[in-house]
Amino acid sequence: MIPAAFEYVRAGSAAEAISLIGQHGDEAKFLAGGHSLLPLMKLRLAAPSVLVDIGRVSDLSYIRDAGDHIAIGALTRHMDVENSAVLKEHAPLLAHAASHVGDPQVRHRGTIGGSIAHADSASDLPATTLALGATYVAQGPNGTREIAATDFYHGFLQSALAADEMLTEIRVPKMQGAGWSFQKFNRRAQDWAIVGVAAWRRNGDSGVALVNMGSTPILATSVASALAGGASVSDAAQLAAAEADPQNDLNASQEYRVHLAKVLVRRALEEASK
Amino acid sequence: MTVTDDRPASVLGTRLLRREDPALLTGEAKYANDLNVPGALHLAVLRSPYAHAKILSVDVSAAAELPGVVAAYSGTDLSGLWASPMPSAWAVTPDMKNPAHYPLASTKACYVGDGVACVLATSETIARDALELIDVQYEPLPAVVDLEDALSDRVVIHDELGTNSSYTWDLKIEGTEGQVAQAFADAAYTVSERFIQQRLIPMAMEPRAIVAVPQPFGGDMTLYSSTQIPHILKVMTALTLGIPEHQMRVVAPSVGGGFGSKLDVYAEELLCVALARKHKVPVRWNEERGENAVATTHGRGQIQYVELAADASGKLTAVRIRIVADMGGYQQLITAGIPILGAFLYAGVYDIPHAYDFSCTGVYTTLTPTDAYRGAGRPEATYAIERAMDVLADTMGIDPMDLRKRNFIAKEQFPYTAFTGLVYDSGDHLKAAELAAEMADYAGIRAKQATQNVPGATKLLGIGQASYFEMCGLAPSRVLASLNYSAGGWEAATVRVLPTNKVQVVTGTAPHGQGHETAWSMIVADRLGISPDDVDVLHSDTAIAPLGLDTYGSRSLPVGGVAIAMACDKVIDKAKKIAAHQLEANEDDLDFAGGSFTVKGSPDRTMPLAAIAFEAFTAHNLPDGLEPNLEAQVTYDPPNFSWPFGTHICTVEIDTETGNVEVLQYVAVDDCGNQVNPLIVEGQVHGGVVQGMAQALYEEAVYDTDGNLKNASLAEYLVPAASDVPSITLGHTITPSPTNPLGVKGIGEAGTIGAAPAVMNAVIDALSGLGVTDMPMPASPHNVWKAIQAAQGASK
Repeated sequence: MIPAAFEYVRAGSAAEAISLIGQHGDEAKFLAGGHSLLPLMKLRLAAPSVLVDIGRVSDLSYIRDAGDHIAIGALTRHMDVENSAVLKEHAPLLAHAASHVGDPQVRHRGTIGGSIAHADSASDLPATTLALGATYVAQGPNGTREIAATDFYHGFLQSALAADEMLTEIRVPKMQGAGWSFQKFNRRAQDWAIVGVAAWRRNGDSGVALVNMGSTPILATSVASALAGGASVSDAAQLAAAEADPQNDLNASQEYRVHLAKVLVRRALEEASK
Repeated sequence: MTVTDDRPASVLGTRLLRREDPALLTGEAKYANDLNVPGALHLAVLRSPYAHAKILSVDVSAAAELPGVVAAYSGTDLSGLWASPMPSAWAVTPDMKNPAHYPLASTKACYVGDGVACVLATSETIARDALELIDVQYEPLPAVVDLEDALSDRVVIHDELGTNSSYTWDLKIEGTEGQVAQAFADAAYTVSERFIQQRLIPMAMEPRAIVAVPQPFGGDMTLYSSTQIPHILKVMTALTLGIPEHQMRVVAPSVGGGFGSKLDVYAEELLCVALARKHKVPVRWNEERGENAVATTHGRGQIQYVELAADASGKLTAVRIRIVADMGGYQQLITAGIPILGAFLYAGVYDIPHAYDFSCTGVYTTLTPTDAYRGAGRPEATYAIERAMDVLADTMGIDPMDLRKRNFIAKEQFPYTAFTGLVYDSGDHLKAAELAAEMADYAGIRAKQATQNVPGATKLLGIGQASYFEMCGLAPSRVLASLNYSAGGWEAATVRVLPTNKVQVVTGTAPHGQGHETAWSMIVADRLGISPDDVDVLHSDTAIAPLGLDTYGSRSLPVGGVAIAMACDKVIDKAKKIAAHQLEANEDDLDFAGGSFTVKGSPDRTMPLAAIAFEAFTAHNLPDGLEPNLEAQVTYDPPNFSWPFGTHICTVEIDTETGNVEVLQYVAVDDCGNQVNPLIVEGQVHGGVVQGMAQALYEEAVYDTDGNLKNASLAEYLVPAASDVPSITLGHTITPSPTNPLGVKGIGEAGTIGAAPAVMNAVIDALSGLGVTDMPMPASPHNVWKAIQAAQGASK
């Protein structure tokens, strides 16, 4: 439980953080809430030589109504996402999903940007923002760029972010009254989902994404297509795992995960259709 | 006419807040790892990554050269430090096979986590970093993970033993040979089940921590350890290291839970003391959580074959039990005896004839050693009989509650001499069961179940019961002798009234979360007629409380607490002599109440204990021949175990699509006799129930076929948190024990004993309509789903 030795520098702004990361190269990592990175370091599964602490870059903590979407600063804590009146009105699925992250201590420290940049398919917010068709904003030495959530997740803990880029903002389209559901199936309240489903439905449109059903969060496009083609909820749910590639672990076999995905997608769509 | 009683109400039985809590809740309590010991070196232990491997060579030279490292040692390097192997205090049979086990392995590693080398360094970080520089060459050997594979001796772990089987211990009732077989031949119904008690990791909130501090000159040694057993540890450390016992002092500072896992003498305790002597500096060690999961003992780990015979009315006529118990790679302090502690309870709370046949075989595997874990043998026994009773009820087509009522030992039969010869002190099982049934609305839930659990339903209701007897308050020394246990079961207490009428109590019990300071102060306050605030409780330091046998087996109140009450009575007897002398009255004419002696019929002739305490101290005017001071010591050897009992009823709803089990309601009716502090009793039951529920629904040490523990962290080993368990509804009946003056029984383990079978009976009850008759613990969603799939596959 003692991490390998590392250097620590604190950034006062996003630009300074990017500059510091640039100076220290591949061995440096951003430290935001620390709730994904520090456990890995204590188990010595990660051993960055430099931590660039962006925890005090306060201008990246915000939730703003930006017209057709809500803009969320990357360093916004889960607790603030959960309790945001703006999000409760325009993206209630995201506010609700944030209330399921870890436990209260985690939600007071962990950040939405940290969770997405960590790109853990078992985390709740990557899949939820994927289902909502979010766009992520990354800032690097050469300025900013937008990355669609659908293009962001490349593999297990791998994302489209370059080593010298920092995730700065999450843009979530307004849900415009869509029905929604977040189904998190786990054994203890504080645990990662064994399988999770984030879903919304509005008229013929829908978005369904799966938590912990592969090395990345999975957009269940077959389900959405089937619904758009007029399939019933229960028929569409049978396609839940069409894009998935789940793992075996101590909590679930691959077969059980596929079964759970179908059950939970059906339940999510039923709830979102109400 | 109104009769008033103006004596102060006794503090006994009140919900006094725990005096321990302010320090614990504010973080001010000092645990072993909080002790500031200047100049201490830090020990780190290199652990085998193999479950079973020959150690070909150990090269510590690179580690020794790391700046900050003072020394690095292999097992062979330290072999001269041990006067004897690590202690094992329970040779359950004369021919028990027990391999020599040393703090560091030198020729063979027998489980993942077995210590093979160690480092002493100026900081913990350096010590742990240095471990990575030690080069150990291993020759891996096949792991032995499965108990029946272990029994087959396909791979023999300890070559010198020639077998993995350590012992077979039988309990057969003399003069009844053939009776069991005859009962099974004549039975109207029989049940034959195989249950698995999965391995559990105790996971005390505080991992172990140790500081060994050599004292200036002369070789005295003080060992601070996060232990439940400072007294036993003192003797065992002295014997194992060849230290004169009077030079060993053991202190248990605040201890953050044990659950049996700190009822042991560990390699790291012996290493710290031995190296502190060798280097003449303090040596400390602090266990990491992942280390705790492999290097601290596990619990349970049994295969149980359970057979019941019953007549046409469902009355039990015989019980036959075969156990295979997983001891792990070596024996720790009382490993072999744990299943034996359950041997007497496989007939549970039922009135059976002398037809009982029990046999247990202990086997070695290449896994972490097992030892005591909350309940130690009794939860396993209770699970087996209570699950089997449900199977019998199902076979007969009657309600399991009804079957139990047909078999309960009746209230009138107490004290009840059981088939084993043990005497059950008191009980009223029917009353406890009926109270629990009423509180749980048993009939209402059965009715609801009939309408809810219809074909095609995806939310199935289940209700399960466990009625238990618990054999605790370890223990009458003569009974322990009959079980070949190497110590007695007495407890010591000293009650000392100081000149200012404040009281010191010295107890041999060693609390690690139970609230002894509060409870013992209440016993003394009640006895002596003073305030609990005026009582200080001294414990857990062998220099201050030199006599004692520590805390485990729900013994502290029924043995240690009773000793304190008896010591109070001796103090009162002495004080009475002084009062009689000064009041010029006969002792027989004095009453003692509310802290004062009064001459019968002369309410103005009175002398408070406060005055007597001062008189005893000045000794100016004592009766001839009476020693000064007011102090008494008692060593109490209980005449019997204490036998708490109760009925737990659990209601679950199972989502058949996901396999998720939701506990809707949990009712626990426990009878621990008179209650000193109901708040503490409730806390014990809450914690115990959650720990039993954890076995039923959450926890299991999972190993791969190579003997690697797959869930050594708290992210993967699922200890339930407060948000994961329901509110628990508690009820109590009170049937005082007739065998001790307080009328008390233990309560520390009862909740755990009742909970696992109650939950599992509810789970199986819910799924019975789908054809599920049994499933392994834990009833995780995945396991439930698999059981449903298997049952439905079988029915197609």
